[in-house]
Amino acid sequence: MDNLLDRALGLDGRGDRWPLLGKVVLVEDCVETGGAFVVHHIIKRFLSPQPAAASNHSLILVAFSQPLSHYDRVLRKLGCNLVAQRDHDRFLFFDMLNLRFPGEEFRDDVKTGSSVLVSLFEKIYNAVRALSAEKNCITIVIDDIALMEVVANGSSDSVLDFLHYCRTLTSEFDCSVVALNHGDIYSTTEKPMLMLNLEYLSNILVRAEPLATGSAVDVHGQLMVFNKGEHDGQGTPGSKVHNFHFRVKENSVDFFYPGGRG
Amino acid sequence: MATPKTRASSFSRNVPSTAAPQVPGVKSGPNGTLFLSSGISDLDKILGGGFPLGSLVVVMEDPEAPHHMLLLRNFMSQGLVLNQPLLYASPAKDPRGFLGTLPSPVSSKDDKPLNRDSEQEKGLRIAWQYKKYFGENQQNSNSQRDNKFEFCNEFDLRKPLQRQFLSGQRVECMSTQDSPDLAALHDRCATFLKQFFRTDGNISGAGRIAIQSFCAPQCTYFDKEWHVLSFIRSLRSMIRSSNAVVILSFPPSLLSPSFSKRLQHMADTLLSVRAIPDEDKDLAKLLTGYQDMIGLLSVHKVARINTQVPIILEAATFSIKLQKRKFLVLECLNQAPVDGSSGTSYATSGSCSVSSKGGSLDF
Repeated sequence: MDNLLDRALGLDGRGDRWPLLGKVVLVEDCVETGGAFVVHHIIKRFLSPQPAAASNHSLILVAFSQPLSHYDRVLRKLGCNLVAQRDHDRFLFFDMLNLRFPGEEFRDDVKTGSSVLVSLFEKIYNAVRALSAEKNCITIVIDDIALMEVVANGSSDSVLDFLHYCRTLTSEFDCSVVALNHGDIYSTTEKPMLMLNLEYLSNILVRAEPLATGSAVDVHGQLMVFNKGEHDGQGTPGSKVHNFHFRVKENSVDFFYPGGRG
Repeated sequence: MATPKTRASSFSRNVPSTAAPQVPGVKSGPNGTLFLSSGISDLDKILGGGFPLGSLVVVMEDPEAPHHMLLLRNFMSQGLVLNQPLLYASPAKDPRGFLGTLPSPVSSKDDKPLNRDSEQEKGLRIAWQYKKYFGENQQNSNSQRDNKFEFCNEFDLRKPLQRQFLSGQRVECMSTQDSPDLAALHDRCATFLKQFFRTDGNISGAGRIAIQSFCAPQCTYFDKEWHVLSFIRSLRSMIRSSNAVVILSFPPSLLSPSFSKRLQHMADTLLSVRAIPDEDKDLAKLLTGYQDMIGLLSVHKVARINTQVPIILEAATFSIKLQKRKFLVLECLNQAPVDGSSGTSYATSGSCSVSSKGGSLDF
């Protein structure tokens, strides 16, 4: 059941341990090619692992972009029942979509924006602490960072602080952090500090781009996976870049090398 | 929300699904979504049914031509004809004046644009496993032609919308020019959308919000980018839990590129309109029917609610034409046959890869 993406992310091992423990995965996409399917794939792999013994996996989804109903339907088609997982306390949904700041929203108040992120981090920290007390393996998914910047009223410092704090969770509690961001927003900025910092912070970078030849029905785009610290077979540490194409379907995603569509 | 009959497995009974919600003007679609018509039947077809309820449609304007108004007008008229309440906001001092330019629907006794569908289906050899889908369509097509007008009308751009549709509480107008910030517009939208709050029961009605030329320079909030994004984020969240569609047009050329990209990412459906230069000899050689085109419409993103599968269109750019000078139609671009008689045709080339203007056309 392994595919090219699993191999690139290191999810194809046979061990019981979740390979992305303590790692930060950054998924970048653009308007032409959405990268949400990568996040859905990781969620599915995490919550429905092959060996059923790994049932202590808990996922926290911080959703700025879509309501729970959307994720529920998408993941259900991929074979993962989020509502059932939530009932078993294996899935926590932080609904940031319905965050409303009556009146305060449109004032030039950077402090309000950053205080939202501060309280969000507190919530996440408490949840992680509670879950890890039960020896759970935790992944935090953030969808997406561009909207988090809007919630913070454009204060990229607050967003960066928030993500740095999330990263401390990876070392303190051995969580994984998976975040989605839109790379093309920063492509025209001269010094995209947030983007550069994020790419530096992350252990694995997954970039979804359209094909150079334009859109096609059979190939929806190409993925570039940069796994820093990926070990090759001999055990020597190094980084590896993987490139392949993909086609997104309702129940799964096909990954294949260019020209290898079959 | 009324869930349509979705096929759980391939072994379902071949019963034609008549699970259309009782509300006129709302059609059920895949993945439990409901559609509203855009008012342009060609656009509904291109987008796979229409605009999904709960989605945000963004139209990128071209400063050289007001074609986005065509889209807005048809959208607004369609809603009013189907008794769907409308909230319209624009930077004009008196937005109500715009309502006088809305087109009137064509009644059945007037002549209609050619129904191209039936012509195309004749003589199709349908592979056996797909017959079950076509069988359903053919059964329903006759009744659907009458029902079609309950979802999408053809509009005559030369006739204004009858007064009866504009009266009453159905239409609210708001000017965005004078408000110092977006709080007023935000509150107006919130109040409007409260009546369409989505519950698990059957839907009682659908609403439409049309915001024209958002971030136009004459608005005082024009340079407050993060406020604007905050407003759109909040609007998007409100619409997600409502049985309504918001269409918003903005001028990307007047905004910073990164801000424009952020807005584009927040859109569920992203369209752009472009002017066609008059008397462009290169384009005239490149495309058939160039003289009849009034503009170009590009589809950049199609709403994907409740699914992760992108909709890949065979062609992303369409020409906007007026059929019989009154009906708005969208057509695929067709490359004109290269003139082989002239010896220098390679050098002067009508091929799209060489013409720099044609390079941005995607067909």
